[in-house]
Amino acid sequence: MKSLAELEEIRKKALDKINIRKENNGVRIVVGMATCGIAAGARPVMNTIVEELKKRNINDVTVTMTGCIGVCRLEPIVEVLDPDGSRVTYVNMTPEKAQHIVSEHIVNGRICLDYTIGEVEKKEKSKA
Amino acid sequence: MQIYRSHVLVCGGTGCTSSNSEKIIKEFEVQLSKEKIDNEVKVVKTGCFGLCAQGPVVVVYPEGAMYTMVKVEDVKDIVSEHLVKGRIVKRLLPKDNMDIDKDDASLEKVEFFKKQVRIALRNCGVINPEDIDEYIAFDGYKALGKVLTEMTPDQVIDSVKKSGLRGRGGGGFPTGLKWEFTAKSQNQQKYVLCNADEGDPGAFMDRSVLEGDPHSVIEAMTIAGYAVGASQGYIYVRAEYPIAVKRLQIAIKQAKEYGLLGNNIFDSGFSFDLEIRLGAGAFVCGEETALMTSIEGKRGEPRPRPPFPAVKGLWQKPTLLNNVETYANIPVIFLKGAEWFASIGTAKSKGTKVFALGGKINNTGLVEVPMGTTMREVIYEIGGGIPNGKKFKAAQTGGPSGGCIPASHIDVPIDYDSLIELGSMMGSGGLIVMDEDNCMVDIAKFFLEFTVDESCGKCPPCRIGTKRMLEILERITDGKGEEGDIEKLEILAKNIKASALCGLGQTAPNPVLSTLRYFRNEYEAHVKDKKCLAGVCKSLMRYVIQPDACKKCGICARNCPVNCIEGDKTKAYVIDQEKCIKCGTCMEKCPFKAIFKNA
Ligand SMILES: Cc1cc2nc3c(=O)[nH]c(=O)nc-3n(C[C@H](O)[C@H](O)[C@H](O)COP(=O)(O)O)c2cc1C
Ligand code: SF4
Ligand code: SF4
Ligand code: SF4
Ligand code: FES
Repeated sequence: MKSLAELEEIRKKALDKINIRKENNGVRIVVGMATCGIAAGARPVMNTIVEELKKRNINDVTVTMTGCIGVCRLEPIVEVLDPDGSRVTYVNMTPEKAQHIVSEHIVNGRICLDYTIGEVEKKEKSKA
Repeated sequence: MQIYRSHVLVCGGTGCTSSNSEKIIKEFEVQLSKEKIDNEVKVVKTGCFGLCAQGPVVVVYPEGAMYTMVKVEDVKDIVSEHLVKGRIVKRLLPKDNMDIDKDDASLEKVEFFKKQVRIALRNCGVINPEDIDEYIAFDGYKALGKVLTEMTPDQVIDSVKKSGLRGRGGGGFPTGLKWEFTAKSQNQQKYVLCNADEGDPGAFMDRSVLEGDPHSVIEAMTIAGYAVGASQGYIYVRAEYPIAVKRLQIAIKQAKEYGLLGNNIFDSGFSFDLEIRLGAGAFVCGEETALMTSIEGKRGEPRPRPPFPAVKGLWQKPTLLNNVETYANIPVIFLKGAEWFASIGTAKSKGTKVFALGGKINNTGLVEVPMGTTMREVIYEIGGGIPNGKKFKAAQTGGPSGGCIPASHIDVPIDYDSLIELGSMMGSGGLIVMDEDNCMVDIAKFFLEFTVDESCGKCPPCRIGTKRMLEILERITDGKGEEGDIEKLEILAKNIKASALCGLGQTAPNPVLSTLRYFRNEYEAHVKDKKCLAGVCKSLMRYVIQPDACKKCGICARNCPVNCIEGDKTKAYVIDQEKCIKCGTCMEKCPFKAIFKNA
């Protein structure tokens, strides 16, 4: 070991190994992973989110799973929870849409309105 | 690098390893690959979480959900429910955490952890102790880097002094001062030692640190080496700690590979090397001069001080000796600042202390609390109180060198000075809780038996004096106590304390003196009335059948192993006290609760 900078290099690389275990007070992304969600393809959605965050070096966002949220017909469901308590619920997720949520909502802070439960239900109603 | 969405931490501490955590790790690997998520979920072996009595412990991140008493059969559920479907397996959560929302299942919400502040144990149960990268990720070796590249040895010592850190090995000597004395001794060759002998029965704080976070001790010893001007260190650890020894060996090897031990660390010109020395587990070898004699390859006997180790220690060279937990605090002092450290605790005791909770308490295990936390908080809030609704009687601190804190002082803030005022001491952190069913004379006898066994025999006050004290205690608990025995104990205690050569003998009478101070009535009851108020001392105990309550069923007589109960359908049964061996079977078996202890 020659310098603090060299140590910092190792630390940065090692951070990826353990970040998941650090306390995070930032945004939480929750993916519905009950039987219905998994059948509808929640697993690739979750993995996409984890990978996208990593690619962008975003470390203060926690990705967790939850059980059935109760609107199985709209699965896969992804919720983004702000530390201030606000919550945005995205439905009918795909890996592509999930990518979008990371780049738009998480990085730029712009909610992807088209995917939210409110918009989707409105559209469903107008079709009916 | 492979990215994992979830980490499963399985405790690999001594407690959990003996309750099968190795098999649990294997089972996780099997189940994860069965569900085809082994590339999404990583299994990590960590150090002790402190809840050893409820082990094996498993924590799943990012939720931080803690599962206790996990059996191999439970692994399947954790994988299929939690890791596949995201549903917390509620039946495996710690007891006080039951029936709560899954969002609240995280570690921090468990009552046991809420009041704890983890400095020395900061990485225990969080990192994989066999992976130096994980230690570095949690800011490991940053303190060493800062010290070696930005500070002079004097500045380092100054910071330790300012932090107010005191030795966690028993005596509570100010650590900064000790470093300063050793630094001031002029010599080409000096040594830095770590005391990991941990001989106090029931204590396992140091073992947990070494098992869960060995690099923190290595980093701290290197910092100490720089501060006092030593280039060689030894960790003296008891051979009965095989997991700790193995993790230390791995850690030292990894640190050497990274150049964090060895020559010219951080390009500063400072070199430091570290070796492990195994002890055979004699209590006296934890005493500093005996420890050094033992490292020198001789029989571990104490020698007179002065000269103090800071002047003439190992191989007659100036030597710094600190305890494992003392060292574990050092890196944090440099990362967060001496002022930060000094802001925790009480006026004269800074930082935190780790305690091993044992005895009559619901949550046995390891806890770390700020100095100044009250005994009540530790026992009732963190420890979960006394089992079976029994009454708290006293807590023993300081092991065989300490004393007890009675219920009347349960609200005292715990620090070095308050415990000494009460006639006990901080000691290394063993904390044994006693309830109404414990006999205090019996407790004192237990600790004295330990010191008599462990006395090295070098000096007569300890070798003969403690033996005499033990004989008196045995007499008292056997119901053969004589008028004047209590006073004899006091005189012997005073003389041994004043004349024994080392700390072992000097402190050996403490458990007797302190129980005498608070529970003299129990001693007197044993001696004068031949009664053990708690019903522990067998010779003083009688099982008696209450004639009015006896329904003459004969069940007791049939179950008595020595056939000493007589009676028939016409008259109540009676116990022959001469023959009774006090096994208690009759009382247990009587369906009408007609048999009493100690009437
Ligand atoms: C009989 C006896 C046993 C001791 N056992 C230990 C021990 O197991 N671990 C320990 O750290 N200190 C033990 N000590 C205290 C050490 O002598 C020494 O004070 C301590 O290791 C210094 O480190 P510290 O200043 O960091 O506490 C013992 C002392 C005596 C008298
Ligand atoms: S006090 Fe006891 S342990 Fe210490 S030197 Fe004397 S005999 Fe040995
Ligand atoms: S078991 Fe109880 S009730 Fe029956 S004979 Fe014995 S003391 Fe009497
Ligand atoms: S205590 Fe044991 S030995 Fe004594 S009377 Fe009861 S059963 Fe028999
Ligand atoms: S050894 Fe596993 S919690 Fe202590």
